[in-house]
Amino acid sequence: MSDGTATAPPERAEMGRRAGFLQLLEVDMRLLGMIGAFAVLAIGFDLITGGRFLTPRNIFNLTIQTVSVAIMATGMVFVIVTRNIDLSVGSLLATSSAVMAVMQTDILPNALGLGLEHPLIPWLAIAAGLMTGALIGAFQGWLVGYLTIPAFIVTLGGLLVWRNVAWYLTSGQTIGPLHRTFLIFGGTNGTLGAAASWAIGILLAAGAIFGLWIARRARRAHGFGVKPLWAEVFTGLLLSGAIIGFIATLNAYEIPARRLKRLFEAEGKTLPEGYTAAYGLPVSVLLLIVIAIAMTLIARRTRFGRYVYAMGGNPEAAALSGINTRLLTVKVFALMGFLCALSAVVASARLTYHSNDIGTLDELRVIAAAVIGGTALSGGFGTIHGAILGALIMQSLQSGMAMVGVDAPLQNIVVGSVLVLAVWIDILYRRKLGERK
Amino acid sequence: MKTPLVEMRDISVSFGGVKAVDHVSVDLYPGEVVGLLGHNGAGKSTLIKVLSGAYQADAGEIFINGEKARINNPRDARACNIETIYQTLALADNLDAASNLFLGREITTPLGLTDDRAMEAEARRIMARLNPNFRKFAAPVSALSGGQRQSVAIARAVYFNARILIMDEPTAALGPQETKMVAELIMQLKSEGIGIFLISHDIHEVMALCDRASVMKNGRLVGTVRIEDVSDDDLLSMIILGKQPGKGGEGEAVEMPDAARI
Repeated sequence: MSDGTATAPPERAEMGRRAGFLQLLEVDMRLLGMIGAFAVLAIGFDLITGGRFLTPRNIFNLTIQTVSVAIMATGMVFVIVTRNIDLSVGSLLATSSAVMAVMQTDILPNALGLGLEHPLIPWLAIAAGLMTGALIGAFQGWLVGYLTIPAFIVTLGGLLVWRNVAWYLTSGQTIGPLHRTFLIFGGTNGTLGAAASWAIGILLAAGAIFGLWIARRARRAHGFGVKPLWAEVFTGLLLSGAIIGFIATLNAYEIPARRLKRLFEAEGKTLPEGYTAAYGLPVSVLLLIVIAIAMTLIARRTRFGRYVYAMGGNPEAAALSGINTRLLTVKVFALMGFLCALSAVVASARLTYHSNDIGTLDELRVIAAAVIGGTALSGGFGTIHGAILGALIMQSLQSGMAMVGVDAPLQNIVVGSVLVLAVWIDILYRRKLGERK
Repeated sequence: MKTPLVEMRDISVSFGGVKAVDHVSVDLYPGEVVGLLGHNGAGKSTLIKVLSGAYQADAGEIFINGEKARINNPRDARACNIETIYQTLALADNLDAASNLFLGREITTPLGLTDDRAMEAEARRIMARLNPNFRKFAAPVSALSGGQRQSVAIARAVYFNARILIMDEPTAALGPQETKMVAELIMQLKSEGIGIFLISHDIHEVMALCDRASVMKNGRLVGTVRIEDVSDDDLLSMIILGKQPGKGGEGEAVEMPDAARI
């Protein structure tokens, strides 16, 4: 009892500890299951492809490909938790992308006379895109919350409307090239290099340990039971180890010599003999990390997040507690729209242009990611990290099959079946959990 | 004469042409328990939901401490120190006890983030008073027993210093032990000067706990009586026949002369 529970009666401290440990197990069960599925998938593909799947290069590409869907999936968690659905995210991404493309290639340089190279152009374009996404989202949320039209219908309409608003804005043309600074958000064209990546990795690892320590101290200050110290240390080591390992993997992927040469030539220099450089952490992945932390904080530590889950658990109870559930619906959809626009930045920067079919079928990928990540369509349950892991599993499945050489139609058949299977496993898991209680 | 804590005057509520509550007036004094009796569909819950802000009246006025109050939503009711324990308990099953207790009124840190540990500490404090055996602070309330869920709902109403408490069938889902606990709580709150509206089907409970009883039938008020003036059978006949004892014939309620006509 040396771990500071002296203020609480021993019996209560013991109870708290047992409950905390059970809770820890419960959270880990679902997460472990997903990590396990992901590991089986990754190792399986690695064996089949003869070691080409788990290379720094492929992991680098995998993370870049996952970002756009993963960002939207974090917002979809809130939408589904409040018992709604958003089928329009792919189209909303397209409209936001179109707005940003037209802004930076036409409106800002020509109509406003800033010229093509003005340093503010990408930022103004992004601001316009984010505003567009949030406003459209808020509008759809208003239709759902205040006019009580089912979200399925509103966003099914939105799927058609916003896809074709994007078409209309661009006359169906591919628009590019996008501004050089804008392309930083796309992945390969914007990476931090080895040193900065290490710095961020160490910062994140330290942050994770600091967070655990703060939480433990606060529990003790209130006289609640805490986990045994070894469990806490183990969690801390696991978390920081995973972060450092991830950064190390990304840093192990070196920029190909031919590309380096081009980069040097672009700046009017020649490539020194024997010079190598690593890509490091892509800016888009850093963006996803920031979004993940922010959304987790919103979900767990803000009133807004609390109300989202309360409304999902029991809408009537939430309303009787004085929560304005209609306005909450508007906010949730506005946030979803904002995140779609953010994904639009990443997706169009990755392509280096806006294309008419950008984000097509993303709604299905995003919903699948959230659902595979454990978000319950009946509302009330879902985690941000689960949705991101879900997006990663989906993307791994897709890239892995492409790498193995599975035919395109078969790929989609497998992805569709996995979605259904994942939901069935989730139902079984919940049922088992329910019986135990 | 003291000012009533609550006075609901001439309240009417209709749902698509059906008059759920038809010109009903009730009142409540500090430290008093007023029972609301009637069959299912008599309009008791609807009347009380007007006071708790869940429904809005089509006509009528509400006075709190003699002052006209506007109660358009549950937040307005809470601002008037009106707390409600709903028959359905109105708990978010996926959240833990402390989150439910503070739902809509979270304790926040200076940064505006929810202070879950402070809320859990407060929850432990009040539960130690209401239900000392309660231990499951980390579990979602879906994992709690009926009595434990009830005590969470009661804690939520009691914690925020209610002056007016509405209890909609608080003992309907409880065992004898827990029912006794609720009865003791009602007597304790009453002694603290809190006014309580107690909706109940159980005439014995009303006879044991209430000072007055208002009986409703088909959306209308049959009458309001002092418990010491009536017997179980009198109350029963008010509920079933819609007649007030001693008024004879077609029965004339005190407040509404034609309220009892069937």
